Amino acid sequence: MAILTPIQKQPLSFTLPVVAAAGAFAGIFVGAAQGSTLLGILIGAAIVAALGYVALQVLGDDQERMARWAYVALFAVAGFFFGGLPGVVVGAIFGWFFGWFTYWIGLGRYRAKLVPYLTPGQVLWHYAFRVICGAIFVFLITPIIVVMPLSFNAEDFFTFTPEMLRFDPEGYSLKHYRDFFTNDDWQQALWNSVRIAPAATILSVGFGTLAAIGLSQPHVPFRRAIMAILISPMIVPLIISAAGMYFFYSRIGLQGTYMGVVLAHAVLGIPFVIITVTATLVGFDRSLTRAAANMGADPVTTFFRVQMPLIMPGVISGALFAFITSFDEVVVVLFVGSAGQKTLPWQMFTGLREQISPTILAVATILVFISIALLTTVELLRRRSERLRGLSPG
Amino acid sequence: MKLKTLTALVATTAICAPMAFAADMADEMTIVSWGGAYSKSQLKAYHEPYMEKTGVKIINDESSAEAVAKLRAMNEAGNVTWDVVDVVASDALRLCDEGLAMEIDPDEHLAAAPDGTSAEDDFGDMLVGDCFIPQIVYSTTFGYRTDLVGDTPPDDICDVFDLEAYPGKRSLEKRAINNMEWALLCDGVAKEDVYDVLGTEEGQEKALAKLDTIKDSVIWWSAGADTPQLLADGEVVMGSTYNGRLFSVIEEQNQPVAMLWDAQVFDLDGWIIPTGLSPERQARALDYIMFATDTQRLADQAKYISYGPARASSAPLVGQHAELGIDMAPHMPTDPNNAKNTFLYNYEFWADYRDDIEAKFQAWLAK
Repeated sequence: MAILTPIQKQPLSFTLPVVAAAGAFAGIFVGAAQGSTLLGILIGAAIVAALGYVALQVLGDDQERMARWAYVALFAVAGFFFGGLPGVVVGAIFGWFFGWFTYWIGLGRYRAKLVPYLTPGQVLWHYAFRVICGAIFVFLITPIIVVMPLSFNAEDFFTFTPEMLRFDPEGYSLKHYRDFFTNDDWQQALWNSVRIAPAATILSVGFGTLAAIGLSQPHVPFRRAIMAILISPMIVPLIISAAGMYFFYSRIGLQGTYMGVVLAHAVLGIPFVIITVTATLVGFDRSLTRAAANMGADPVTTFFRVQMPLIMPGVISGALFAFITSFDEVVVVLFVGSAGQKTLPWQMFTGLREQISPTILAVATILVFISIALLTTVELLRRRSERLRGLSPG
Repeated sequence: MKLKTLTALVATTAICAPMAFAADMADEMTIVSWGGAYSKSQLKAYHEPYMEKTGVKIINDESSAEAVAKLRAMNEAGNVTWDVVDVVASDALRLCDEGLAMEIDPDEHLAAAPDGTSAEDDFGDMLVGDCFIPQIVYSTTFGYRTDLVGDTPPDDICDVFDLEAYPGKRSLEKRAINNMEWALLCDGVAKEDVYDVLGTEEGQEKALAKLDTIKDSVIWWSAGADTPQLLADGEVVMGSTYNGRLFSVIEEQNQPVAMLWDAQVFDLDGWIIPTGLSPERQARALDYIMFATDTQRLADQAKYISYGPARASSAPLVGQHAELGIDMAPHMPTDPNNAKNTFLYNYEFWADYRDDIEAKFQAWLAK
C-alpha cells in the first residue's frame, strides 16, 4: 500500500518509554526463566531503552541497516549465554524484532499506512486490536503445534530432551511413527475407526437429510417437538446418552458389536446434519419442486435432480461434522463398544492413562494433517462445483 | 450418478454389517488388564502360548482401572462381555463380596507345582480371597533423580518428608492408602502400631498433619505413568509409583533415576472370573487361568516386567530379561536386598476404613 501519511521522527521522550515497555514485556519471560521476574522486567526495559538511545540518537538514521544487524548480533550472543545454541536462534529473533520495533516507533513509521486523520488513541487501538487477534490465534494454535516436535522425540517421554533443544539429530527419531504403523493395537484401532466413521456418517446423512426435508414442510404436525427430540443428543450430556445406550443396547444384543457402535455414532451425528441441512433449506425456493412436478418429474427424480444439488453444501458440511464426531468420539464407544471395537480415540485415551507414550503424539500429528487435508479437499470441491454452476463469481 | 453412488454405499454397509456380527461369534475370549508394559508381559508370557495351544483368539481390553464399576454395570444389564479380569486384590475382594466374581477352589482349578506341592500350599498366604487367583507381587515405592539429590542419595522413607535435605517437588498418589502409613512411620510411630494408630481419629489427624508439612511440594498423581514422566522431566526429585514402572524408566529408558526401596508397600494383582458367564465360557476361562498361573508361566512373566511371581515354586525359575539380558531377580520387590524393610498392604483394615479415611484425605487435599 502506498504511504498515506507523511511520517516524521518521533521525540525520544516518546520512543524510549515505548520500546522500554516492549523490553520489559520480553524481560518478564527471560526473568521468570532465570528466577526473578522483577529483575527481568527492569533489566529488559533498561537494555532496550539504552540500545534505542544509541541507535536513534548516537548513530543516527542513516546507519539503520548496520544498527539493526548489531541488534541481531547482540541478542544472539546474549541468547548463547542463557541457553546455548537454541538461545542463539531465539536471541536473534528477539534482536531482529527489537531492531525493527525501535525504528518503527522512533521514525514514526507506524503511521505510514494509516489514514492521516486518526487520533493517537485510534492508532493505538488499531494496533492493539491486531495484537489481541494475534494473541488469540497463538493461544488456539500453540498447544497443537507444541506436540508436533515432541512426536519426533527419541525417548519414550513427553519431554524436550537437552539433545532436542540443541537440535542434535540424536535427539530425534521416527520410532513413534514406526510404532504406530507396526503395533497391532494401533493398527486395529485405526482400522476400527476407519470402518465405523464412514458407516456412521452415511446413516447420519441419510436420516438427517430426510428428517430436515420432512420437518421443513409446513404441514407436518408437532414440527418443533420432533426437531427438539432429534437434536437432543447434541444437548444432553454425552455421558448420559452413553449410559442410557449401554443399558438399552445390552438388552437388545447390540452392545459390543460393530453395528451397535455405528448406530450410536449415527445418533450423535444426525443433529449436525439436520441443523446444516435445515439452514440451507431456508434459502430453497419451493416453486422449483412444483415446476419440476409440472414438467412430469416424479418426487424421487425431483429430489435428486433439483433439490439435492441445491442443498448439497449443507449436506456436505453436515456429513463432515458427523464424520468428525464419530472419528473423535471416546465416551460413547467406551460404553457401547467392547475391546473388539476399540477406536483410535479409545486407544489414545487408555494410552494416556496407562503409559504416557509419544506414539499418541505421533498419531495426533498424523490426524491433524489428515483433518487439514480433508477440510481443504472438501472446501476446494465445494468451490469448484459452485463455480461450475455459476453460483459464485471467480 | 449420485443416486448410484448412494446405492453403492448403502449396499456396502449392508454387506459389511453381517460380517461384523459373524466375527463376534468366533472362538474368542476377552481378557481385561492394565495396558502398557504390563499387558505386554501377559501377552508374551500367557496369551501367545495359550492361543497357540488352543486356537482361541484372545482380545485384550485395557479397562482394569474401572473394572469394578464396569462389572457392576454389566451385571445389571445382564450382559457380561468379559471372560477373565485382572484386578488388584482389594478390588477382587469387593467384587467377591458383591457376588460379581465367582469362587475358585485352588486345589480343583489350579495346577500343582512341578514337585507335587498343591496349589493351595504353593500360593500360601497370597490367596487372600475366595475368588482371587494371585499372579504377581508388586510394590508401591519411590524412585529419585540421581542428579538432583546431591551427594547423599535418599535411603530412608522419611527423606520424602525432609524438605531441607532434599528440596524440590515430590509426586505422591492422589489417595489416602500408603501415604497415610508413610506419614505415620515418619512421625515416629512404630511399624507394628501404624494401623492401630491410623484407626483412631487422632491418628488420622496426625498423619494429615505430617503430610501438611510437604503439601506445597507435592504433585499428586492418579495414573501409574505419571511419576515416570515427571521423573524423566526432572519435574520432581522423587516420586512414588509401581516398582515395574520404575524398572522400565531405569533399565529400559536409561533415565538418571534410582530406587528407594525403603518401606515399599507390597500388594497383589491377579485374576478373577466374572459371574454370569455361560457354562462354555466359564469352562474356557477356568482353563485359561489354570494354564496362566502354573509355575513356569508365572516365572515367564518376570522376563518382561519386574514383578515377583506369586507362587513360591516360580521364584527359582526367574531368569533374565527377554530383551536386555539382565538378571531379573535383583529387580524384584521380593529380593532380600530390596525387601529389608517392607510393608504389607492391610486388606482388612482398608476394607473397614477406606471410605472414611479417603473422604477425610480428599477433604484435606481440597483445603
